Amino acid sequence: MSSGTDIYHEMIVDYSRNPINYGEIEDHDVTFHDSNPLCGDSIDIDMKIDDHKVTDIKFHGKGCAICMACTSVLTEITKGKSLDDVKKIEKNDILSELGLEHLQAVRIKCALLSLKVLKSALYTYLGSHLENTEGIDKLKTEAENLY
Amino acid sequence: MQSTESSFENLRNDFPILKRTVRDNKRLVYLDNASTTQKPNQVIDAITDYYQNHNANIHRAVYALAEESTEAYEAARDKIANFVNVKNRQELIFVRGTTEAINLVAYAWGRPHINEGDIIVTTEYEHHSNIVPWQLLTQEKRAKLEYIGMNDDGELNLDDLDKYLATGKVKLVTFSLMSNVLGTITDAEKIIAKCKAAGVLTLIDGAQAVPHMKVDLDTLGCDFFAFSGHKMLAPTGIGILWVRKSVLQTMSPFHGGGDMIREVHKYETTWNDLPYKFEAGTPNIADVIGFGAAIDYLTKIGMDNVRQHEIELTTYAMEKFAKIPGLQIYGTKDITKRGGVISFNFADVHPHDVADIIDKEGISLRSGHHCAQVLMERLNVAATSRASFYIYNTKKDVDALIDSLNIVAKVFKL
Ligand SMILES: Cc1ncc(COP(=O)(O)O)c(C=O)c1O
Ligand SMILES: [Zn+2]
Repeated sequence: MSSGTDIYHEMIVDYSRNPINYGEIEDHDVTFHDSNPLCGDSIDIDMKIDDHKVTDIKFHGKGCAICMACTSVLTEITKGKSLDDVKKIEKNDILSELGLEHLQAVRIKCALLSLKVLKSALYTYLGSHLENTEGIDKLKTEAENLY
Repeated sequence: MQSTESSFENLRNDFPILKRTVRDNKRLVYLDNASTTQKPNQVIDAITDYYQNHNANIHRAVYALAEESTEAYEAARDKIANFVNVKNRQELIFVRGTTEAINLVAYAWGRPHINEGDIIVTTEYEHHSNIVPWQLLTQEKRAKLEYIGMNDDGELNLDDLDKYLATGKVKLVTFSLMSNVLGTITDAEKIIAKCKAAGVLTLIDGAQAVPHMKVDLDTLGCDFFAFSGHKMLAPTGIGILWVRKSVLQTMSPFHGGGDMIREVHKYETTWNDLPYKFEAGTPNIADVIGFGAAIDYLTKIGMDNVRQHEIELTTYAMEKFAKIPGLQIYGTKDITKRGGVISFNFADVHPHDVADIIDKEGISLRSGHHCAQVLMERLNVAATSRASFYIYNTKKDVDALIDSLNIVAKVFKL
């Protein structure tokens, strides 16, 4: 189990100070907010979507280093992807990028808050643009089962 | 007992948990006492003794065990009454803790007494347990909830109180005697005097005050007072609601069931005497007895000595903190106006990261909103780190905390 200083390597600390894709998209097509009651991480993700593709993504909010680093990495992974590919993003895509595969249970929520917000944003968008309610329900269940 | 560092150091031997190590064989440095405290052998043994030798339900049977059990339960009530100087034991109700005590008042006093347009006043530095029950009540009754604001030193702006009292609509003013985040000791005398002059009732959340300083309910003059055993060496799941008798007599029951009744007929019931009317069902007997043992323990030390010890530790810690660049302490620097709770932020490092890194050094420190999100908003922070002391903490614990903060500084290149 990683804990203490070993998870706080250079990349995490750097990302927490200089997050990637930080900010707001004023004319976003979808935005979503969620927070972690335990440590107060609080994240908004805005996305611009064109032709079933995420053409721009930004996030803002306050969070611990783990949360900020993971959100940065997730937005980088997401940018430019088709919505179908965004659906397929899973937790290990983020964790392995940052060497956090063995994160303690109490910190996993910090690491995965952004993924939860991203998926929620996605089904919010799909819900308002598609008639296919079955698919949306499936997506919803997937988002709810993230933790 | 003499208030010397060595006598407080000696009392660590009474706490078996302090002998264990955590993480990589590190000495346990427990600094989350505002959340809950550790238990001495005297309390643990009292509970064990109850289950091994006296266990029986109370108030219901004539056999020997039931008599012993009832006697021990009621003796604990007397100890607690004496500890906070309550003259009438009928006014002391056993509950699960501060949260249940406040909810009991909101339900059993609030529902019959609060009407549309009435105002309940609380403060910006309350624990959620002294906010949410009032939100529920005021929403149900179409009444209003208002807040006494706070200055940047973490002290209440009592002008706000005057403003609300002047409306003539305030029915209750509720506040904590010591903030669980800032440590601010509220000027209760002043608030109560203002409320009395206006004919308004007062509720005090004593969860942080009673464990750390002498509290005298007879001279304080509020109408409701709540506190929790687990924050003062007693087990979890037991606490106190005190209500002035003249007010208690105007309250409807909270839970219905056994023990709270005098006579039950098919369609009506008469109520038992006070305080039993408010203690429905089989109570938490063992933990009440444990609470009594905790009271004995603290009485022996003396609450003035407890306060003095914490003043020494807090002063020492604040001096050390002041020397760390980038470390910001919230609340007043005036030690006479604060308890042994220090909330801080360290440069741009999130409190959750601080807590995680120093946990590896064996230090138990709380990070987060501390069930006080209204206060976090007021301070304009997402969270804080919080160190809170109790009788078994020493300067060595403070030094360990300072050393561990140096590790945080290194990791985050501060
Ligand atoms: C000021 C204050 N009020 C109320 C509470 C709630 O106490 P309990 O959880 O024991 O009901 C706490 C403790 O967390 C507190 O610090
Ligand atoms: Zn976090």
